[in-house]
Amino acid sequence: MTTQSGTTDVRDEPGGAEAGTGFDEIHILWISEGMSCDGDTVSLTSADQPSLEDVVLGLIPGLPKVNLVNKVLSPSLGGEDFLAPYRAAARGELSPFILVIEGSVPNQNIIKGDGYWTSFGNDPDTGEPQPLNWWIDQLAPRAWAVVAAGTCAAYGGIHAMAGNPTGCMGLADYLGWEFRSRAGLPVVNVPGCPIQPENFMETLIWVLQHAAGSAPPPPLDHMLRPQWLFGKTVHEGCDRAAYYEQADFGLDYNSPKCLVKTGCWGPVVNCNVPKRGWMAGIGGCPNVGGICIGCTMPGFPDAFMPFMDEPPGGTLSTLLVKPYGAVVRRLRGLTNDVVNHEPKWRHNKRRLTSGYDPHWRA
Amino acid sequence: MTTTQARSTGRKPAQIVDMSWDPITRIIGNLGIYTKIDFANQEVVECHSTSSLFRGYSVFMKGKDPRDAGFITSRICGICGDNHTTCSNYAQQMAYGVKPPKLAEHITNLGEAAEYMFDHTIFQDNLVFVDFCEAMVKATNPGVLARAERTTAPRGDVHGYRTIADIMKAFNPFEGEVYKEALKVSRVTREMFCLMEGRHVHPSTLYPGGVGTMPQPNTFTDYLSRLMRVIDFVKKAVAMNDDVFDFFYEALPGYEEVGKRRILLGCWGAWQNPDVVDYRYATMNEWGRAMYVTPGIVVDGELVTNNLIDINLGLRIMLGSSFYEDWVGEQPFVTHDPLGNPVDMRHPWNQTTVPVPQKRDFEGNYSWVMSPRWYHPATGQHLALDTGGGPLARLWTTALSGLVDTPYVKATGNSVRISLPKGERLPETTLEWRIPQWSNTIERDRARPYFVAYAAAMALQFVEEAMGMLRSGDTKIFENFEVPDESIGCGFHEAVRGVLSHHLVIRDKKIANYHPYPPTPWNASPRDIYGTPGPYEDAVQGQPIFEENGPDDFKGVDIMRTVRSFDPCLPCGVHMYVGKGKTLSTVHSPTFGASHG
Ligand code: SF4
Ligand code: SF4
Repeated sequence: MTTQSGTTDVRDEPGGAEAGTGFDEIHILWISEGMSCDGDTVSLTSADQPSLEDVVLGLIPGLPKVNLVNKVLSPSLGGEDFLAPYRAAARGELSPFILVIEGSVPNQNIIKGDGYWTSFGNDPDTGEPQPLNWWIDQLAPRAWAVVAAGTCAAYGGIHAMAGNPTGCMGLADYLGWEFRSRAGLPVVNVPGCPIQPENFMETLIWVLQHAAGSAPPPPLDHMLRPQWLFGKTVHEGCDRAAYYEQADFGLDYNSPKCLVKTGCWGPVVNCNVPKRGWMAGIGGCPNVGGICIGCTMPGFPDAFMPFMDEPPGGTLSTLLVKPYGAVVRRLRGLTNDVVNHEPKWRHNKRRLTSGYDPHWRA
Repeated sequence: MTTTQARSTGRKPAQIVDMSWDPITRIIGNLGIYTKIDFANQEVVECHSTSSLFRGYSVFMKGKDPRDAGFITSRICGICGDNHTTCSNYAQQMAYGVKPPKLAEHITNLGEAAEYMFDHTIFQDNLVFVDFCEAMVKATNPGVLARAERTTAPRGDVHGYRTIADIMKAFNPFEGEVYKEALKVSRVTREMFCLMEGRHVHPSTLYPGGVGTMPQPNTFTDYLSRLMRVIDFVKKAVAMNDDVFDFFYEALPGYEEVGKRRILLGCWGAWQNPDVVDYRYATMNEWGRAMYVTPGIVVDGELVTNNLIDINLGLRIMLGSSFYEDWVGEQPFVTHDPLGNPVDMRHPWNQTTVPVPQKRDFEGNYSWVMSPRWYHPATGQHLALDTGGGPLARLWTTALSGLVDTPYVKATGNSVRISLPKGERLPETTLEWRIPQWSNTIERDRARPYFVAYAAAMALQFVEEAMGMLRSGDTKIFENFEVPDESIGCGFHEAVRGVLSHHLVIRDKKIANYHPYPPTPWNASPRDIYGTPGPYEDAVQGQPIFEENGPDDFKGVDIMRTVRSFDPCLPCGVHMYVGKGKTLSTVHSPTFGASHG
């Protein structure tokens, strides 16, 4: 892999689905019952290029007909009616479908006895809650494609931070990084806390076009992110970058200058938000006065905390900024490599390794 | 009079059926509602509400840098994350002894106003109103729809729809005109939000001590021009909602009983007055009362208090049906508040969260939600306050208190008057929300569009004041501070759907304890240690059923209307789980969704 700005490797598996392309109609089964805030679903509704209505109402040419099943937007009253397509898919009676998971996947294996960290409906036979993990086990192998919406589902995110009691992790940690869906695709990760609305829509459109047989599979990098969206750093798209280059740094948040001394991690974070804005080109992070806290990254949040302090190494790179551009690029590459890894406690073993202690005291 | 069968007067032998909905749709988060319904007498006899998710914020925040608290707590909620960041910053500002510059307060207030407008609109029009749309009414009360087709909409001159049924059609999901327009408006209002707070839903420009949003003339004109573009939509929304809700009372006599609870409302106040607030605990009652939504507790129609200090000290977090270990045996973190008042062991400052996953048992523990209650000194009761979905309590406490008196919004003692300027098509309009007779499903829903109007009106004032400051050259937006070794703080705010408080204890410059109390635990709580049901349970239990379908094709729309009227949003139940479901007969679910989307 590369360390430069995180740009890079194409997915290890070329080619599309052998038997899977060219569908006229496809279901999107969206489950937000992971450890999530549902912020990715909410973010999705702010996408306008295209909008969700456009996709659902068939206004975008070249896509299969899309049947979106999402709890927040479902016109059903809930319960079994809402769950029907998920149940059918679990029985192998509904295909093809794209499984979208929102939220990190908890570790059920650390629970002794009964109980669940999170569930989705009830088991019809026992009436007991059906854990999220059961649904993933049933649906992922049958899914034409599996998409992780948001950093929680992609890499564990905020709920998997140090000291967490649920032992949660990202979808690829849970399914295995070698996982391949029916279409031969790995998990498609769209990180972001939450997803930048248009980033997600674009990825979904590409996957849908691939399903329709009109596009190759989306190019993903080594962390399974769409390359064209996450191939550059925040810094490379930041409109404060000229200040950085002039070594002109803001010393508190009253300043329109570069924010690196007040906590911006932009130089080593893969994300297009400052360039693209948050929605319709409006908002963002460092471009409008917010430090980059690395919310799209595998190492988020632990590798970036405390957020409001200058990143370690920041002093050195800012000092060296002018004379040693090439050296700085290499140093940054190393840090980029570090923040592009998840903490090692994210796994599905029987032991909780996040450092949680039920009777912790300061 | 009524278009449905007359409700029977004498009681018949009960015919009880277990019905459950899990998960509930068109809400954020995991919620299950389990009921027993007596179909012979058309009423709900029992209700349990459960949530099936535990994430553990109060656990993993321990030991972290307190300045990170706003960034982390935003992630509690995917729709009102900014309310958490704002509230966290309020709590931190108290703990650090820092007061942000005035312009920063205006920017925060503008962001929060846009948030209320966005969130209430998308929730009311795209989620709640689906329960009142043509397709749903046809499937549940065809007689009512027939009548709606014959009923002229009284406020047609404002919203442009001829009959009540036309309004209902406009709300059909994905196809109705208002449904689609609401999605668009929810984007414009989110753009307004992003202008102030950077990103929606987890803001990027809010810090303890102020904001990072660069104040430029266009920062405010970009906001204002969008606000003016949606102002007519706001006026129309109030008129459409009033028409439909008034019609429901008329078409279904007795509908006021649906979702009715004893009036037990709490509001923690919103939008600081930058001229008064200093974030000191000692002066909290003064600056609390100066907020542009007045905090307060209303019991049986009477205002009990506006004082944030009383409100704070009365908070009690109960167990009883939740999956946690009790913490009463632990050492308290805070024995006395900064004024020397004793702090209870069940207060959030002293809480320790220890999750214990277990089986769901409706006779025992059945939820990851805890039960926040407010200790009422006059009666010694632990009140299960609700938030009325947010707006009902906010308008109620503000109206009764009569303290808000601004250019566009005025509280009169029994109403709130809201003036909106001329828009593209509609003239200047003054709306008046009057304290209703009941705290019920319809009034919770009705209050929502009025509060959108309230937020739009306040936004006008904030934007004018902010532009004035900017033009006079006063552009400071952040104040430096030091994190003290030891300190405590509390923040009071209104999340979109109601009360929000954050409680923070710092030791050795680190978080020793942090407990956020958002609205959903207040509304969705299970039975507490005294057996008192939480507000959803209480509102649904005993409510009449008006749906025309029998047990075999029952959709439960009246129950869902009640639950959704509270604007359920469970990610913030931080402490939460859902439940079992030994159903005696069929678990019912409608087939309504199949034809849509
Ligand atoms: S603000 Fe951040 S992203 Fe922008 S130039 Fe400075 S360090 Fe780079
Ligand atoms: S710029 Fe940084 S904080 Fe902002 S969205 Fe990108 S990764 Fe997240």
